[in-house]
Amino acid sequence: MILKEFRELRRDRRTMGMLIALPILLLVVFGYAANFTVDTIETAALGPQADQVAAQAPTLFDVTEVDVDGDRDTAETMLRDNVVDVAIVTGEQPPLALVDGSALFTAQTAVSVLNRLGDQVQVQVLFNPMLETSWVMVPAIIGLILAFIGTVVTSIGLVKERQSGTLEQLAVMPIKPSAIILGKIAPYFLLASIDMILVTVLGMLLFDVPFNGNPIAFGAGAALFLFVVLGLGVFISTISKTTGQAIQTALFFMLPQILLSGMIFPLEAMPWGVRWISYLLPLTYFTMISQGVMLRGATIESLWPAFLVLAVMAVAVFSGAVLRFRRDLAPSRRRHRASPSRGRAGSGEAS
Amino acid sequence: MTDGTYGVKDLYVTFGRNRALEDVTLAIPARQITAVVGGDGAGKSTLMRTLAGRYAPSAGLVAAPDARRIGYQSAASGSWADLTVGENVAFVGASYGLSGERLARRAEELLGRAGLGDVRDRLAGDLSGGMRAKLGFCLAMLHEPDLLILDEPTTGVDPVSRVEVWRLISEAAADGASVVLATTYMDEAERAASLLVLENGRTLLSGSPEDVVASLPGAIVETTAARRPEFSWRRGSAHREWWPAGAPEGEATIRPDLEDVVIVASLRELQTHRGVR
Repeated sequence: MILKEFRELRRDRRTMGMLIALPILLLVVFGYAANFTVDTIETAALGPQADQVAAQAPTLFDVTEVDVDGDRDTAETMLRDNVVDVAIVTGEQPPLALVDGSALFTAQTAVSVLNRLGDQVQVQVLFNPMLETSWVMVPAIIGLILAFIGTVVTSIGLVKERQSGTLEQLAVMPIKPSAIILGKIAPYFLLASIDMILVTVLGMLLFDVPFNGNPIAFGAGAALFLFVVLGLGVFISTISKTTGQAIQTALFFMLPQILLSGMIFPLEAMPWGVRWISYLLPLTYFTMISQGVMLRGATIESLWPAFLVLAVMAVAVFSGAVLRFRRDLAPSRRRHRASPSRGRAGSGEAS
Repeated sequence: MTDGTYGVKDLYVTFGRNRALEDVTLAIPARQITAVVGGDGAGKSTLMRTLAGRYAPSAGLVAAPDARRIGYQSAASGSWADLTVGENVAFVGASYGLSGERLARRAEELLGRAGLGDVRDRLAGDLSGGMRAKLGFCLAMLHEPDLLILDEPTTGVDPVSRVEVWRLISEAAADGASVVLATTYMDEAERAASLLVLENGRTLLSGSPEDVVASLPGAIVETTAARRPEFSWRRGSAHREWWPAGAPEGEATIRPDLEDVVIVASLRELQTHRGVR
């Protein structure tokens, strides 16, 4: 019995992968990435004494921007555009330190250090004044829900059709492959969109999470992200024969996103050896957009790198997965065209 | 292929290096049932799928109507388990451009004939195996196709339901459809007007059941112990043996049926490969 189990396990590459990859992933994540302590805070010094502030700021604050002509408005814009996490505005006594509350752990660290300076600095937290965890989590959880529906639910729906043999039935019916794919994916896109609106509204009602930005920018980011995760769902369905396999594979895509997207552990606290993985994950960019738009009122212009990466991912992943799915649906139409008459002649190799 | 006869000619289908069908020819005339017989992996489903346009021929010719005029029932039931019988009919009907009064009339006629008229609101997944097979058949027949392709429509179906499914298939042929079905059951193959026996993707036998049975050379005898193990097989409690040059002197021969003939052809094929005569 034990031998039989080992033989089966050896041939079940997905389970073996999970047995080997998952412990390594968890070890790496909790060893390196599970760190709430922020060592460096990107800071801007503005106003007449900007140079002195830059020179005298505690080592934690890495002053990357110095603008002697800048004022509070400049500081707020820099925080909104996520250029820095803290902006110190000089010109009045004491200087005013503005902190970006949407970067929760960074803000908590900054406020703690700045408060120790007593009357030397006046501290004000923007975008999340009470440093509420729920305000930061709700925008990220919206992404997680979209990822769950797009990746897990979609792949299960497609694999179920394949497993029950009805995908083959669809393939020989007079329905265009593009119509089949659209018909299979559109309901999940719609359901995910409804879920997104529901969770956003509930988050606002239950946790008082603000929505300071443009809903269109938020919707555009969500649509791009949804195309990426739907693409992942379709791709998973093409490499899975059973729903069990689809769920197993989807876990490989979901777990890193939950742990490494910055949703739980701040990206700033991760060493670069792990952080680069975060920048490969679509949820990282959606979280940047959702937190930026909802909490900071950030615009598409300021969030363009995240939008661009998601757009590239959406085109690459979604079109690649759909082409793969289409190939499964219409292998004969791929290589041979039926003649208008009733004859189909073959001369090459089918696949 | 002429005069409304569909089928394949000198057909080859390969998947990578694996040759699934090799030099297969089959005519599927209108108003007739043509059976494709063979064991697992013989190439029956590949042939059905190629006729349905799912696979492309590597070489040879496939004569089949446009997808709108083909009815196909896959080896899986061919119905959607999470839809009701009525919803299955509505979806497939819409896919073939049927709607309104025309669809309602056709659905009532087919479901009534199949004994599914009273279970329209039941989920297809909750139907018995026989009922699901009949629903799959109804869906394949809904648009009155010219070519009806049925991939093992009665496999796993109880004997009573098999009779009912066959009644529906016979009616479809009588109504004018060219019917081709894959089966592993010899009694079903014997009911077809013509048949093709496949083994390892190659044609083992073909023709009408009567011609195929008559084509057997030599004689078959029934014994209690096998003397020619390479050409012996068990039927019920007795052994049967094939003697290519006629039965040994003094032994009575039996009248072979299709199953005997297919077994002999299969054993001959096997022995040819092994170099035994």
